[in-house]
Amino acid sequence: VLQSTVKSRGFQEKHIFILEIDMTDEMFGVMAQAIIDGDPDRAAQLAQQAVDQGIDPLEAINAGFIKGVDHVGDAFSRAEAFIPQLVMAGEAMKAAIAVLEPELERQGQKREVLGKVVMATVEGDIHDIGKTLVATMLSASGFEVYDLGADVPVAVVANKAREFEADIVGLSALLTTTMLKQKAVIEALEDLGIRDKVYVMVGGSPVTRKWQENIGADGFSEDATGAVIAAKELLGKS
Amino acid sequence: MSKQIKSVTDPNLSMAVLSASDIEKIHEATLEIIERTGVRFPSKRALALWEEYGAQVDHDTQVVRVKTEIIEEAIEEGEPEYVLAARDRDQDLPLDGNHVFVGTDGCGVQVVDLETNEVRTSRLQDVGEIARVADALEEVAFNWTAVSAQDRPPESRGLHELSAIWQNSTKHVQTESVYSEQEARAAVEMAKIVAGGNEALSERSPLSIMQCTASPLGHDGGSLDAALVAAEAGLPVGFMTMAASLTTAPATLAGTLAVGNAEVLSAAALLQLTYPGTKFFYAAAQTASDLRTGAYTGGGPEDFLYGAATNELADFYDMPLSMGAFATGAKAPDWQAGLENALSSFMATISMSDMLLGVGLLHGSRIWSYEQMLMDCEIFAIVHKMMGGIVIDDETLALDVIHAAGPGGNYLTQKHTMDNMREVFVPKYLDRRPFETWEQDPDFARRTAREKAREILATHQPEPLDSRITAEFDRIIASVEGKQV
Repeated sequence: VLQSTVKSRGFQEKHIFILEIDMTDEMFGVMAQAIIDGDPDRAAQLAQQAVDQGIDPLEAINAGFIKGVDHVGDAFSRAEAFIPQLVMAGEAMKAAIAVLEPELERQGQKREVLGKVVMATVEGDIHDIGKTLVATMLSASGFEVYDLGADVPVAVVANKAREFEADIVGLSALLTTTMLKQKAVIEALEDLGIRDKVYVMVGGSPVTRKWQENIGADGFSEDATGAVIAAKELLGKS
Repeated sequence: MSKQIKSVTDPNLSMAVLSASDIEKIHEATLEIIERTGVRFPSKRALALWEEYGAQVDHDTQVVRVKTEIIEEAIEEGEPEYVLAARDRDQDLPLDGNHVFVGTDGCGVQVVDLETNEVRTSRLQDVGEIARVADALEEVAFNWTAVSAQDRPPESRGLHELSAIWQNSTKHVQTESVYSEQEARAAVEMAKIVAGGNEALSERSPLSIMQCTASPLGHDGGSLDAALVAAEAGLPVGFMTMAASLTTAPATLAGTLAVGNAEVLSAAALLQLTYPGTKFFYAAAQTASDLRTGAYTGGGPEDFLYGAATNELADFYDMPLSMGAFATGAKAPDWQAGLENALSSFMATISMSDMLLGVGLLHGSRIWSYEQMLMDCEIFAIVHKMMGGIVIDDETLALDVIHAAGPGGNYLTQKHTMDNMREVFVPKYLDRRPFETWEQDPDFARRTAREKAREILATHQPEPLDSRITAEFDRIIASVEGKQV
């Protein structure tokens, strides 16, 4: 066993054992560390190692990787960690889940998620970054997120919400001319008869609480962390 | 009221943020980005043009990669100096590298109501009223579309806004609010009517058009098509990068400058290759995202450095610059607003950015405030005064006066003091009253600014547009809306 120093981005340096690990508890610690370090390659590699060694994938998530997300989340809420650390932790988590998900499915298990969210920047609007940040934060906080991208036609958003049985539809817009499409999506959800099954959250620079109320959306936030709080509140998970 | 326009000219202060070799490095990095990484041009027309010009075009990703020589030759074609023309010829603005002009900011979505003080959704009436107040202020040289006319349909909103501004101002209009081909064609028609024909339009366009890039390394298809329409008609056209360190650009300031530069240069090259001699301007409002929220900040030390550095880049390319300044992230005209707007406007001015955008908006260019507008004008007046520097000569050294007054003397009794007192800045809103007066009326600056805006709205009426012109505007707008007149 080789001792090595892992420099974690912005956190205290931590001494951990990174090679030849087979003790499960230690491995869980290393998994958490990979998330804290925001290292997707390492997280995927550890997830694969867990699969190869026959470790319960659900346990790998709950006792291992999730602990890293919680650690970064707590540090963030104490203002000791910043957005890039949270995002990279989210990316590392995604990489681990991508490896573990097929194994979960094979074993007939299901990862517990807070809810399913379909996210899109509305039709006619190519401004992606805010929506992507919200999607990452939601997914890092335990939501299953389907990010449809930018400039997504109204009907596509509504149909995907139905297809994925979304609990929440999140709609972003940067322009006063395109924010009208947030309303159009709500109408399309009504036309599909699923408006009462899904909460609609809206955001973007020109979007205000008043606009949310005017168009009959259910949630609103001015930033990504606020969006996570709002989503949890809507689903009674706060 | 005022026909004069206050601009910074013949400055006596200077400062360089970038060295010649820094600029060279950014330039080379930029060309490498455009050639190796590429820039996204999501417009059929733009992609077809790039293919014609020998660029490597990926039609699936809409990413264009262009050889260095093509870009360098293309941007040589631009006009280094030209005039932003106004309805009133005396208010024309020469973009010659020796003037700094201030515009209104844009494009807000809410307004602090001048009567109720409530923050409410912006509407067409606000667009006209803001233009009318701006018309009366010597510090405001030109108009942007300050707020969005959200009570008008999206497809013609930018045109209603233009009509409202021209009806309330004789100054130049630069719109950042027209971003589709159809709307651009209509806007060009309107500008042509104001200018008095095609030739007059390409000589003295009363309208310039600014498009935003889509950072990182992308453009909006509608913006590209609109810019091509405007360039064909001879209008000044600019592209603004709003690359934000941490999110849409690298965390580092140098990387952010390079990403934004690649966006602006790639757009400039497309326009110059298509319409050589296009009156292009560089536009920029780079910022850093907030580390805690990821949100747009609208102020901070990074912005101030970008403010000075970007004009050094634009000068390297012989392009006028429209630079994001003022536009505080503060929610009210407060400590933060004063700090951010003073430093951002100063830094953009000291490198002689040609146009500063602009006065009046709060909360990262979202909320219009007349109070902020007038205080921003005062900030510019102070910067203007500072840019004059300190003149050292016999008259200003005043040795005879110093001798006459002598030790323990009183300069208030010297004629030289009377003759030169206008050297000393007279503020409108800085509060220099006695403490007790302040205690009784602590809201002096904001109250005075509000009263000034109300007074202008009640009394100032710029020379109206000919009713035949407004009738033409109505016809053009109606045709965009698919209505018959």
